[in-house]
Amino acid sequence: MGNPREKTAIVGIGATEFSQNCERSELRMALEAILDAVKDAGIKVSDIDGMVNYSMDSAEQIEVVRQLGIPNLSFFSKTPYGGGGSCATIAHAVAAIEAGMANTVVCYRSIRDASGPVAYGDFEPSRVSQDIHMGMYHPYGLLTPVSWVAMFAQRYNYKYGIKDGQLAPVALVNRENANRNPKAIFHSRLLSLDEYMDSPINVEPLRRHDCCLSTDGAVAIIVTRADLAKDLRHKPAYISGAIQGMSTNGEVMTSYARQDITVLHEVEAYGKKLFDMAGITPKEIDVAQFYDAFSPLVPLQLEALGFVGKGEGVDFIAGGNRIRPDGELPINTSGGLMSEGYIHGMNLISEGVRQIRGTSTTQIKDVEYSLVTGGLGVPSSGIILRRG
Amino acid sequence: MVKYSEVGVPTPKPIMSQDTEPFWRLLQEKKQLHLQKCSECQTYSHPPRAICSNCHSFNLEWVPSEGKGIIHSYVVYHRSVHPGFETPYGVVLVELEEGVRIISNMVDCKPDEIEIDMPVEALVDQVFEDTALVKFKRINN
Repeated sequence: MGNPREKTAIVGIGATEFSQNCERSELRMALEAILDAVKDAGIKVSDIDGMVNYSMDSAEQIEVVRQLGIPNLSFFSKTPYGGGGSCATIAHAVAAIEAGMANTVVCYRSIRDASGPVAYGDFEPSRVSQDIHMGMYHPYGLLTPVSWVAMFAQRYNYKYGIKDGQLAPVALVNRENANRNPKAIFHSRLLSLDEYMDSPINVEPLRRHDCCLSTDGAVAIIVTRADLAKDLRHKPAYISGAIQGMSTNGEVMTSYARQDITVLHEVEAYGKKLFDMAGITPKEIDVAQFYDAFSPLVPLQLEALGFVGKGEGVDFIAGGNRIRPDGELPINTSGGLMSEGYIHGMNLISEGVRQIRGTSTTQIKDVEYSLVTGGLGVPSSGIILRRG
Repeated sequence: MVKYSEVGVPTPKPIMSQDTEPFWRLLQEKKQLHLQKCSECQTYSHPPRAICSNCHSFNLEWVPSEGKGIIHSYVVYHRSVHPGFETPYGVVLVELEEGVRIISNMVDCKPDEIEIDMPVEALVDQVFEDTALVKFKRINN
């Protein structure tokens, strides 16, 4: 099997503003983000010959192609399972380019989770799930993502003796990073440990500040061949690894039949392949953007990806210093999904690229390798970017 | 304990597929929990599926269960997301003696009385006229 290591690069990142009410369609925002990414890359709209977006997007590819006047696509695909598909958009682009099916692929996600009809964090009584397993859970009031993750977290806390408040560093460090990022929804809102501990329990054991923030916005990312990337506007973020992961006996967010529900099995599986593809170990990662829809997911990913051993994730984040900008593994430097905004994980990819370019508002020194991860509790994905 | 509020918004009913319908039908008709068991390798499955994932036999049968188990994990909803459920309420993940896990509610525990590893047993709660739900109560209480 060939290795696609550093044969492709991210050359353009684009976005709308992140807000609580965008007052326009998801399609309109997708178009704005794509044009922003095209301009950032210094290419032409007509250079785009591939497209990948989320299966949950309402902004359809055929509409994007029609309204932007893109002449022809020779590759287009969609990534399933919500935020689990974020880095998978890049993985599909890499696969298509490596296979010679496209040269320049735009990946996007546009979401009105704040002002749309139903936020993902809420449950609409008239909405019924067609998923077999959800049909068995909704009648008992297990209705929303925070509860699905809280079920794993409760068992994890029991197994390792974790107490209320020990996940706070995830929320606090995310917020500190957001306070330096003018684009972040929570740019001007400080968060103290007292406020965190005083915040209401959402679904026990998780508090309000353990959860991400419903957001309106769109992000677009442009991937192209490494040889084409050199002559474009920005320093390329070479893609050292990009992979998806789906593991056995899983359900969408509720894989409770697995023997050990304190482990992210698909992340363990994709992590090994991802680091092998990049030819590095977790120690060589300089900065990471961990999918942080809920705070327990950060220590769980630290364990699943091999940064620490099983049950050591919460110790690693204790006090927050190891994950702050001057720590051994700075995380979520734009504020993450909890404090920059919840663009279903695509904004984490933009920040991973900024760290390679040297343009983050919380820039880490001398970044060579930048890790970005996709949504958890679902089939997932991850990428490793490298400075040229 | 889940209290259903009287606001006129019914709580969600089970969504069924052809593969899960017998679970609910047997519960309604026999008023007892039944689980799916492979006739070839005796492996239990839940939620129900079309095939035995252990031996790939399609020869699955439905067998009655005593419904005894322990709490494997649980959550407590404090923020209301559905007007039909009065907060706070607990949702439990029970590991049955047969080895499978099932999502449910306790009928005799306040949320702060639920504990991991607590022994529980199943009962049938006729929540809807045409559909019953499996729920749990404490053992040795």
